[in-house]
Amino acid sequence: MTPVQAIIAKELRSYFVSPVVYAVGAVFLLVVGLLAYLYVVFAGAQAIQLMQVQGSAQLNLNDLVFRNLFASTRFILLIILPILTMRLFAEERKLRTFEFLLTSPIRINEIVVGKFMGVFLVFLGLLGLTSIMPLMLALFSDFDWYPVLTGYLGLVLLGALFLSVGVLASALTENQIVAAFVSIGLLLVLWLLSGLGSLLGDTAVGQAVSYVSFMEHYDHLVRGLVDTKDLVYFFSAVVLMLFLAHRVVDSARWK
Amino acid sequence: MIEVQQITKRYGQHTALDRVSFSVAKGEVLAFLGPNGAGKTTTMRILTCFMPSTEGTAKVAGFDCADQPMEVKRRIGYLPETPPVYQELTVAEYLTFVGRLRGLSGKTLTSSMQREVERLGLGTVQQRLIGNLSRGFRQRVGLAQALLHDPPILILDEPTVGLDPKQIIEIRELIKNLAGSHSVILSTHILPEATAVCQRVVIISGGRIVAEDTPEQLSARLRQSEKISLTLKSPVADTNSRLKAVSGVQNVFAGGDSGTYLLECELGKDVREEVARLAVASGWGLLELKAISMTLEDVFLQLTRHEEALAPDAVVASVEPAG
Repeated sequence: MTPVQAIIAKELRSYFVSPVVYAVGAVFLLVVGLLAYLYVVFAGAQAIQLMQVQGSAQLNLNDLVFRNLFASTRFILLIILPILTMRLFAEERKLRTFEFLLTSPIRINEIVVGKFMGVFLVFLGLLGLTSIMPLMLALFSDFDWYPVLTGYLGLVLLGALFLSVGVLASALTENQIVAAFVSIGLLLVLWLLSGLGSLLGDTAVGQAVSYVSFMEHYDHLVRGLVDTKDLVYFFSAVVLMLFLAHRVVDSARWK
Repeated sequence: MIEVQQITKRYGQHTALDRVSFSVAKGEVLAFLGPNGAGKTTTMRILTCFMPSTEGTAKVAGFDCADQPMEVKRRIGYLPETPPVYQELTVAEYLTFVGRLRGLSGKTLTSSMQREVERLGLGTVQQRLIGNLSRGFRQRVGLAQALLHDPPILILDEPTVGLDPKQIIEIRELIKNLAGSHSVILSTHILPEATAVCQRVVIISGGRIVAEDTPEQLSARLRQSEKISLTLKSPVADTNSRLKAVSGVQNVFAGGDSGTYLLECELGKDVREEVARLAVASGWGLLELKAISMTLEDVFLQLTRHEEALAPDAVVASVEPAG
């Protein structure tokens, strides 16, 4: 087992013995499940209306259920993922295990990547559990799987971005609440940049600002568009955030 | 094994370490003594590559701490001031994690864990969560962590803090057993500990090394005069002046009504025989007569207290039998 794998295993163990994952997971699945139920019921009501007016109804579940669901999940992730990441470095610093990690024969980038991968796996597990919703719907209806899969790809990439911002925020402080708050704040700013971008219009600056925000990249994926540009955005954003976290951890040694 | 040259560490305006140099040979146990904030932990953090020094070089096992930190880290077992344990893991899980971080696996890992669990008496708590263990057990888990990969160099920041007296003796024995095959640096507030387990003592104060020697020589060097403690059953009025008249005696301090006297004599002169003869001949009832040497405590206080001169009555108050 390599040191990175050791860190991942330890992080997973720490997550699952603490109540945080269970609480966060329960809330996440409950809210996503409830939203999915509501969107399906609305779609059903709409179908009945159309039946009465036109006599027949062809419902597009991709538009009525999945696109809405993916849009809402974005907001839930923004709130719950910082709760998952807040402890990663803040707790180590508070409990003085930080010094132990940094004096172990392991590089800082291995520590950062190990911690990120640990929480990313937890997130993937939670996301995997939500797949029960499209699977159930597939039993009783017909829809196009392709945008659902790209939507999930979008969620995976968006989650990775949110988690990497959370890792960075956690490295900045030894207070977990502050870490969670900082990452939620950073993510909200990233979110709102898209609004600022459209306000600036179709200028070079406007486009650049919109590009920095994750909104348009995620929207493309939810609509079924897999564009290399968007993939590059997510990968480079995650790498940048983890690199910054590396710098922050490294600089903490000097204080 | 460890070579520190002219290390300086500054935090902004504050100088935590000021041109500190020392070295530790293979198999030697060195104690770091000093008041709080003297720079002990800072020195250890530099040696373990946790933080870089502002100036100077530190070499561990031939590797420079600044240039080859990975090589240094592989060869060091470090116990920080607070045992670095994860409360949510069991002792066995924690040691497995530590071992994997240091590249141990399979049978090597199992046998190393077995060895440390036995050596530190952790057998009964292996499957318990560290968060539920007492301070003493956590400290021992911290020590097990430092020893797990059998490093040639051990750096222990106050290793016996939080242990009960029996455990303290056990840990001291453990450190003594490690001497010879391992180089050990340990910091401590407890002076008898330094005397008990270390071959050499470095006293550090205000970021500077103020003394470095064996415990015995340190106390010998700082002794400005020989001191003798004398207890008499029935001293008389002129006892004081007659004691002072003995050749070699420089000063006599009477210790109140109890009949205790402290005699300060010229260096290298043993006046005990003469004093005994006088006391017996005068019928003062000689109860006790012994040479006293400064304990490490006195040396420590004297060295770390810069300006105040050691007052004679302070010595009377703190005299202890040589040993």
